[in-house]
Amino acid sequence: MARRVIIVGGGVAGIQTALTLSQRGIPTLLLERESELGGKLTGWHKLFPSFTPAHEVLDELRQRLNGSGVEVRTQCEVCHVERSGVTLASGERLAADAVVVTTGFTLFDARVKEEYGYGIYDNVYTTADIERMLNEGRVAMRDGSAPRRIAFLHCVGSRDEKVCQHHCSKVCCITGVKQAMELKEMFPEADVFNFYMDIRMFGPGYEEMYRDAQQRLNIHFVRGRISEASPTLDGRVQIKAEDTLTGRPLKMSVDMLILIIGMRSNASNAVFAADAGLQCQPSGFLAPRDLFLHNTESNVGGIFYAGAVTAPKNIGESLSEAVVAADRVTEYLKRA
Amino acid sequence: MAAMNFGFGINRPRVIDLDRNNLRKSDEILREMPELQTCIGCGACTALCTAGNLTSFNFRRVHTLVRRGEYEGAYEEMNKCMLCGKCRLACPRGINTRGVVMLIKRKLGDF
Repeated sequence: MARRVIIVGGGVAGIQTALTLSQRGIPTLLLERESELGGKLTGWHKLFPSFTPAHEVLDELRQRLNGSGVEVRTQCEVCHVERSGVTLASGERLAADAVVVTTGFTLFDARVKEEYGYGIYDNVYTTADIERMLNEGRVAMRDGSAPRRIAFLHCVGSRDEKVCQHHCSKVCCITGVKQAMELKEMFPEADVFNFYMDIRMFGPGYEEMYRDAQQRLNIHFVRGRISEASPTLDGRVQIKAEDTLTGRPLKMSVDMLILIIGMRSNASNAVFAADAGLQCQPSGFLAPRDLFLHNTESNVGGIFYAGAVTAPKNIGESLSEAVVAADRVTEYLKRA
Repeated sequence: MAAMNFGFGINRPRVIDLDRNNLRKSDEILREMPELQTCIGCGACTALCTAGNLTSFNFRRVHTLVRRGEYEGAYEEMNKCMLCGKCRLACPRGINTRGVVMLIKRKLGDF
C-alpha cells in the first residue's frame, strides 16, 4: 500500500506542504474546512512589506496545486487527529501514515474588548474589516463619507492578560503600519494616528516601512494604549489614552477607530492535543518538539506541524516551514 | 462684603485635547522637518543633554508636546538648550535635533 500523508488545513502552509510532498511522489490528501483553499489569505488585500496583492501568492499556489496530483477535499472539517489518521465531522475516518496539522490560527474577536465598542458603536473597525473594504475598493465611514481623522490601536487581543492572550501576535505591528499607509495614501488630507505599546518591526524591510510611514506620510505614532472609546453625538468616536512620552492624558475624536487584532490559538488545538497526546503551549498554540532542529515535529511520531498552528507567523515563514515539514515527513516515512 | 476666600481653586485640565489644540504650527514644523516624526522616544538625546543634566529641560518631552499642539512654555524651555549638539550625535534616527530646537524657537517665538 502506498504511504499516504493527510494534511489538515488548506491555508498557505497546508498547500505548500502538499505541493512539496507530491513533488517527492508521496500521495497526499489535503483537507480544508471551507469551500475554497487559501485560509486567512483569501480575505486579505495586500501583503507587507512589499504591498504584494495577496491573490498573486494564492493564485500561484493554486495553479501549482492544479497540476500536482494532490488530492484536495474542501468542506471537510477534521474533528479528531491521531497518528494513524483523522476523523471528519461527518464521522468518516481517513487513514494515513503521517498527518501534518496546518490549521493556522483564529482571529481575535474584537467584541471581547468591549471598552473599544466594536460591534456596539458605528465607525469602529478591525484590521480584517479594512482588508475586506480595501478588497471591495471602498473604505468609508458608516454614513459613506470619507474619514478625515483615523486612529489605529495596536495590540488588541495581544499581550493582554485581561483577555488571556499573553503572547505577542507578531505580525500586527507591521499590518497596522501597512494599513495606516494605505489609508493615508487613499485619503491624503486625513490625519492618521497609531496608538501603540511597543512597535516590533522584526522582518526585513519592516523598519524601513515604519520610517517611511513616519517621515514621508506623516503618520503620527503615539505611545499609549487607548483605554476607552465612546461615541460622540455626531456619530464619531472619542478615544482616551495616555501620551506616555509626555506623561499627559490625551483625548481626541476620530472618524474611524481601527482595532489591530491579534492571533488566537484555535479551539481545535486542545481537542487534537487530547486525541493524540500532543502538547500545547500556555498560549494554546501547539508545541513543536523544540524550536530549533525539530520545529515542525510534534512530540508524537507521525504528527507534524507547519505554519501558524504553533505560533503567530507571517506568510513567508509559514511557506518556508511547510517545506521543512514536508522534508521531515519524507524522512519519517523512509524510517517507518 | 468681600467674598470669603477658602483657598480652593480650579485646576486646569491636564489632558491633551487634540480636538481643541490648534495643530497648524505643529504641522508647519513637521512639514519643514519631517524627520522629527521618526522620533521613537528612546530618550538618548535627553540622557546626555548638558542642559537637561543641570535643569529640568527635557528635549524629548518638549518636542513631543509641540507636535501635539501644546505650545505653551515650549519657547522658554527651548531657550535652556545651549546648542552643544551632543543630542544630534546620539540620535539613532539621525534627526537634526539642534535644527529642531532652532525651528521650534523660530516658529513659536511669538507665542
